[in-house]
Amino acid sequence: MTFVNWFRRRLVVLAGLLTLGYLLLPVAVVALFSFNKPKGRFNYEWQEFSTDAWKDPCGVSGLCGSLSLSLRIALWATLGATVLGTMIAFALVRYRFRARGAVNSLVFLPMAMPEVVMAASLLTLFLNMGVRLGFWTILIAHVMFCLSFVVVAVKARVMSMDPRLEQAAQDLYAGPLQTFLRVTLPIAAPGIAAGALLAFALSFDDFIITNFTSGSTVTFPMFVWGSAQRGTPVQINVVGTAMFVVAVLLVLVSMAVGNRRKRQKA
Amino acid sequence: MKTTHGTNAHGGDVRLTGLGKTYGAFTAVHPLDLTVPEGSFFALLGASGCGKTTTLRMIAGLEEPTSGTVHLGDQDVTALPPYKRPVNTVFQSYALFPHLDVFENVAFGLRRRGIRNVKKQVGEMLELVQLGEQARKKPHRLSGGQQQRVAVARALINHPKVLLLDEPLGALDLKLRRRMQLELKRIQTEVGITFVHVTHDQEEAMTMADTVAVMNGGRVEQLGPPTELYENPRTTFVADFLGTSNFIEADVDTRSGDDLVLRAGGGKLVLPSARNSGPTAAGGKVLLGVRPEKISLVHADDAGRIPEGRNRITGRISDSSYLGVSTQFVVDSPVCTAFEVYVQNIDRDPRLVPGTEVVLHWNPAHTFGLDAAQSLPAGAVGPAGVETAAEEAA
Amino acid sequence: MATVTQPPPPAPTSAPAPQVKPARGRGRWTPYLLLLPGLLWLFVFFVLPVVYQASTSVQTGSLEQGYEVTWHFATYADALSAYWPQFVRSVLYAASATVLCLVLGYPLAYLIAFRAGRRRNLIMILVIAPFFAGFLIRTLAWKTILADGGPVVEVLNALHVLDVTSWLGWTAGDRVLATPLAVVCGLTYNFLPFMVLPLYTSLERIDPRLHEAANDLYARPATTFRRVTLPLSMPGVVSGTLLTFIPATGDYINADLLGSTDTRMIGNVIQTQFLRVLDYPTAAALSFILMAAILFAVTSYIRKSGTEDLV
Repeated sequence: MTFVNWFRRRLVVLAGLLTLGYLLLPVAVVALFSFNKPKGRFNYEWQEFSTDAWKDPCGVSGLCGSLSLSLRIALWATLGATVLGTMIAFALVRYRFRARGAVNSLVFLPMAMPEVVMAASLLTLFLNMGVRLGFWTILIAHVMFCLSFVVVAVKARVMSMDPRLEQAAQDLYAGPLQTFLRVTLPIAAPGIAAGALLAFALSFDDFIITNFTSGSTVTFPMFVWGSAQRGTPVQINVVGTAMFVVAVLLVLVSMAVGNRRKRQKA
Repeated sequence: MKTTHGTNAHGGDVRLTGLGKTYGAFTAVHPLDLTVPEGSFFALLGASGCGKTTTLRMIAGLEEPTSGTVHLGDQDVTALPPYKRPVNTVFQSYALFPHLDVFENVAFGLRRRGIRNVKKQVGEMLELVQLGEQARKKPHRLSGGQQQRVAVARALINHPKVLLLDEPLGALDLKLRRRMQLELKRIQTEVGITFVHVTHDQEEAMTMADTVAVMNGGRVEQLGPPTELYENPRTTFVADFLGTSNFIEADVDTRSGDDLVLRAGGGKLVLPSARNSGPTAAGGKVLLGVRPEKISLVHADDAGRIPEGRNRITGRISDSSYLGVSTQFVVDSPVCTAFEVYVQNIDRDPRLVPGTEVVLHWNPAHTFGLDAAQSLPAGAVGPAGVETAAEEAA
Repeated sequence: MATVTQPPPPAPTSAPAPQVKPARGRGRWTPYLLLLPGLLWLFVFFVLPVVYQASTSVQTGSLEQGYEVTWHFATYADALSAYWPQFVRSVLYAASATVLCLVLGYPLAYLIAFRAGRRRNLIMILVIAPFFAGFLIRTLAWKTILADGGPVVEVLNALHVLDVTSWLGWTAGDRVLATPLAVVCGLTYNFLPFMVLPLYTSLERIDPRLHEAANDLYARPATTFRRVTLPLSMPGVVSGTLLTFIPATGDYINADLLGSTDTRMIGNVIQTQFLRVLDYPTAAALSFILMAAILFAVTSYIRKSGTEDLV
């Protein structure tokens, strides 16, 4: 009886943790198989422990080149999408103007569209224009689909901001530019950072839109896709694991820093 | 509307026995014994963090006590979850269900108890709180006062043995708060249910409650009817939390009949023994208190006209402020700096300006004595959040 | 990075009540100047392509001789009659994945919002972090997990689960890989965070005192959930299902990596037609149909769920 009660009270927690396990299982497998020494060309079955791939992550031709290309595209796409998206977000929250609703829907639409549709239609545009597919077409596409996500993230932050703060700044002799730089921007910064981070992650990991707009250029996800057809090198798992670990560490460090700052303030 | 439970005389009392709550090393409520008689309007009064809300939540079942029991009449409800207790709560800022309209909010408890035909009951209840017209509105479309009444109706419709109110008027502005105080009192008289009311507003507690328990640091400092708490506080905390008090440090000199004679500075002051909670033996240190409005103030030239048998102190006016109904003087005297005196603005004496020598006098029966071993509270007005209330009282 | 406690939900979350009306008059052109570059970008690279795609879909011709607009609507009919099974399959798989995401994601979101206490941030990180290991790499990991003769398949086999799923047509024999079940499993996995985050956001907004109030008003925990928590989390459910269903319908990675030729979804068809067969009109027509269907479904869903303020 007590066990049944105990179980009932923790049912939600248990179910939630199971789901969390489901989310993390593949990452664990990826990490584990980064230490595998596969027999054939495919890294799907466990053979024996080896750190070969970790010692030589660039040992597969094309992998590190595609990785650096992806990083470059992601950085530029993040920059572009963050600047354009932040501007739109500020316009939407801080100003009343005609066609505000229409702008809102236009920003929302790319998120409500399957990627394959956006990818396919972009490709028809590029084909019709006779544009050569490659770095620039990928970048254009990435800025386009990351834009909306930045707008949403920044908008949420700016919307929760007390507009009286800006009025207070103006009351204290700050001109419009000063107000923006000294008050608005610092307060909106977490939202902008969140949007930028999201844009970076989306761009770096994007496959479908890149698949349509890359021509013969190979980004990292394209490289993984190609190797899934021809044979998966262990180094792919090394990169995946490393990215996961770096992301978690970055978050933990920034949280620790944030906590310390909070404590110092208190 | 009358509740039908409780066949014997004490059938509906709320009895807390050794009820305590600790969070790790922090003690929110020290083990507490308290009985709230059936049908009474009981207030738990104290500053934020004094343990009053925790006590209330333990009665509601929303907080599990670390020690002790809660009885409703003869029934021990300590182990019952909130949804099985015949107790309902009016939450701070109401906690109205935003997705349900007023009618459904009020009907919520009835429906959960499997009552089918709720229309008549809900209608009557909404009439009682004068919200019949608003039945189909969502809570966010109501004003603060209306929301408050929905919260009361939602709880009352269940005919609880006890209605718990957690700072129910905190979110309302002053005028509305006054009106709702009277309204709640009217409703309580009408339905006859026991109300336990948590508040930090001394005026609110005094206006509404039959009995007030003043809490501080997880303990009940003093319990009694409002007049008794105000007229004869037994701790400096109570003396300062309810209104304002002036304190004079004095030594017990002699006993004369029912009175104690004390020495302070050069003069003698009289204190009825019955109103002393400090030491009574000669040489004992007593903190002598008197309320600002009990004191009369005369120009030093008129000192001869003060009747015999009154406590008197000399001093010099250091500040005066005109408050409309009264004038508030601050008087420096050898026995107490910053003595506060409220004088009704009936016939204003134009000589009473700062710098004037004056004599303060009052009926010894208004004096109360406390144990001077208690430390004098830091501020003269009491804990944060009470200033406004004290000023309003003035 | 303060993004962990307040994750950037890629969700069209419902906006809080509009605050102070922004100033008018001064800087009347500022909003338009702020909007111009971004909207121009969206117009040229999002709206215009859709127009081009529509035009391409009614063109005829060939790669060698070029295409011309001939208002050849028959392409649509041909495309539909040839590929309706893939359309139906896409909707079925995406719907199953969405339901699974909701069932799996709700307890997790609930756990983070109400039961995690100080571990809330940690769990949040664990939900988001798998993103960074890469969509394709994670999907490939399922190939290992569901491998023939692997532990998962062995256990399912021993418990005779596979007999049931085979009978239902979700799996084939003692294989899980290359079956609908594997594809749906992959879709569910990949889009689960898109369900959890908006759910969490809307659950976290619920005032915990509402739970106490329901409890106080004789609602047992289960009733409290049904009458208070669930209705109040509906905005999260709606945006979560949209964020899961939309990308899942158009996805072709899972069907390609974890499925077989029998599990091809409409995304696979569009991709092959565009990139391999180079039949642009058919591909454009299919893509256009998919877009129209999704837009129609989304708007009617939003309207029906009564959360129009979502956008």
